[in-house]
Amino acid sequence: MNWFHWFANPARFMRLAARLQPWIMVLGLATGAAGLYYGLFDSPPDYQQGETVRIMYVHVPSAWMAMFVYTMMAVAAASFLIWKHPLADVAAQAAAPIGAGFTLMALVTGSLWGQPMWGTWWVWDARLTSVLILFFLYLGYIALVNAFDDPERGSKAGAILLLVGAVNIPIIKFSVDWWNTLHQPASVARMDGPAIDPSMLLPLMLMAAAFKLYFLYLLIVRMRGELTARRIRLLRLSDAA
Amino acid sequence: MTPKRRRLSIVLIGLTMLGAAAALVLTAFEENLVFFFSPTELQAKEIAPDRRIRVGGLVQENSVASFENGLRTEFTVTDLEHSVKVVYRGQLPDLFREGQGVVAEGKFEGGVFNASEVLAKHDENYMPREVADALKKSGRWQHATEKQ
Repeated sequence: MNWFHWFANPARFMRLAARLQPWIMVLGLATGAAGLYYGLFDSPPDYQQGETVRIMYVHVPSAWMAMFVYTMMAVAAASFLIWKHPLADVAAQAAAPIGAGFTLMALVTGSLWGQPMWGTWWVWDARLTSVLILFFLYLGYIALVNAFDDPERGSKAGAILLLVGAVNIPIIKFSVDWWNTLHQPASVARMDGPAIDPSMLLPLMLMAAAFKLYFLYLLIVRMRGELTARRIRLLRLSDAA
Repeated sequence: MTPKRRRLSIVLIGLTMLGAAAALVLTAFEENLVFFFSPTELQAKEIAPDRRIRVGGLVQENSVASFENGLRTEFTVTDLEHSVKVVYRGQLPDLFREGQGVVAEGKFEGGVFNASEVLAKHDENYMPREVADALKKSGRWQHATEKQ
């Protein structure tokens, strides 16, 4: 539990985050550039899908991030409710619009991929529907947190919504195994190893790393902004008193 | 019990109950959550004649025939145990081919499935053409028709 308490100090977090921020940006830009190069120019077309397969290098990392960010927010919500971790609520609120963005990107790129390959922009199968629900959970959380005059109450209500909505994450992941869907089953995270050729797995993994670093960068920017805003609010209050 | 432990157990109990509730609901609605029925599932089911359903499976090899300059296509959807004959008027998706997964939506009319929409379903394997050819040559190719 030591690191947990160590991070609970906002000033310490701000110092560390400020120091890490430029490194994360450089690393993210480098992996993103490499991923785009391999994805667009130096990887083979698929034997079935041809060049259309390149949508995967944006679609799959977005979808992974959509689930990853929500999971992170749900963990933050639990530590906010149980241990009153002061940074957890800041982190969840800062991550929400980013996660919603990734989810929207997964839905849009998936639709653009579905039209040429499946022959439809959208179907109501279990995978697509559960991801749409995830998008609405993000929007609902953002709306709920900001719906109270007392920010503390908003944080609490939002944290409970996050935990309730966490049920959806395993449903998204296993929807393609539990029910038959139009969406194909998992290609990378599956029991008998990836079903993707190494030449296509490389750009996918580079893009996944770039997306994660991009998220981390945005999260730090937004958390620093939120912490500063909270400090200003406190100063104003003590001035008024 | 400290307040922290109390809050922890409330959250854990809440999540467990929520998970159980979700599992029960999803099991109860299983019938409505599946996107399509396989030909074998249709054998065991009474489908009302005017009910719109989706049939999914593989397009049987050598079963595709096109009529009226490609306007009307007939093919067989199979899950290698049972099969359904499908008639479709309209444009087929790019990925439609023999041995590939397909989902057809429509109604049964006199033992033939009259589809109003045909969607292609692809599997989870991604590889360049050369690798697919090499696998076929060395006999390690697991074609979709043999896998299920």
